Amino acid sequence: MVRVEFLGPIQKDALELNITNLSELAEILQADETLHEWLTNSAVAVNDTLVSSLEGALKDGDKISLLPPVCGG
Amino acid sequence: MLSLYDGALDVPVILKDWYEAEARSNYGAYIPFVGTVRSEDGIDGLSFDIYEPILESWFTSWQEKAKQKGAVIKMAHSRGDVLLHESSYIAAVFSPKRRVALEFIDEFVEDFKASAPIWKYDLKDGKRIYALERSTAIKGSGILAK
Repeated sequence: MVRVEFLGPIQKDALELNITNLSELAEILQADETLHEWLTNSAVAVNDTLVSSLEGALKDGDKISLLPPVCGG
Repeated sequence: MLSLYDGALDVPVILKDWYEAEARSNYGAYIPFVGTVRSEDGIDGLSFDIYEPILESWFTSWQEKAKQKGAVIKMAHSRGDVLLHESSYIAAVFSPKRRVALEFIDEFVEDFKASAPIWKYDLKDGKRIYALERSTAIKGSGILAK
């Protein structure tokens, strides 16, 4: 199981999913219409490290975070 | 040094603490930047969410860059609500000479705006409204989209 967290203004509870890579996650999240815009403008982190592609395997206990556009200060 | 506070920053105290902490470190320059909430578009203030694990690793990478230039960087930011004319952000660079600090604070604040995992909301008419138009997508965003 991996845990998927939606940060900041994305109003969605965390998910626990049985997936082994980010491509599977993309498919699942693309089926949720409320997330369409967030998927286009959010960055993705695996275990708190930002990733730039969907490659690489996920393992049990991994944490995936979606980070929408930021504006500190 | 990265410090997060609930609500507005106590600017005079933080600037004084940082000054005193480095007063005998032999830095020739101390360049602070203070971000203050302005009255515009009828807002009552701003509010902030922070994702601390990634903010900390982002800040650590900037501390390393500062160290390579013989400088030190410090940052304070608010969580939650900050009202008009209060301050939510302070960044400061200490360096042996002014030029390094002036250039570094500019680079740091620009990257902070583009990369630090902090989300801003306008407080208006009792609502907390995400400031999407003023926000920047983090580099590499959109990989989960079709």
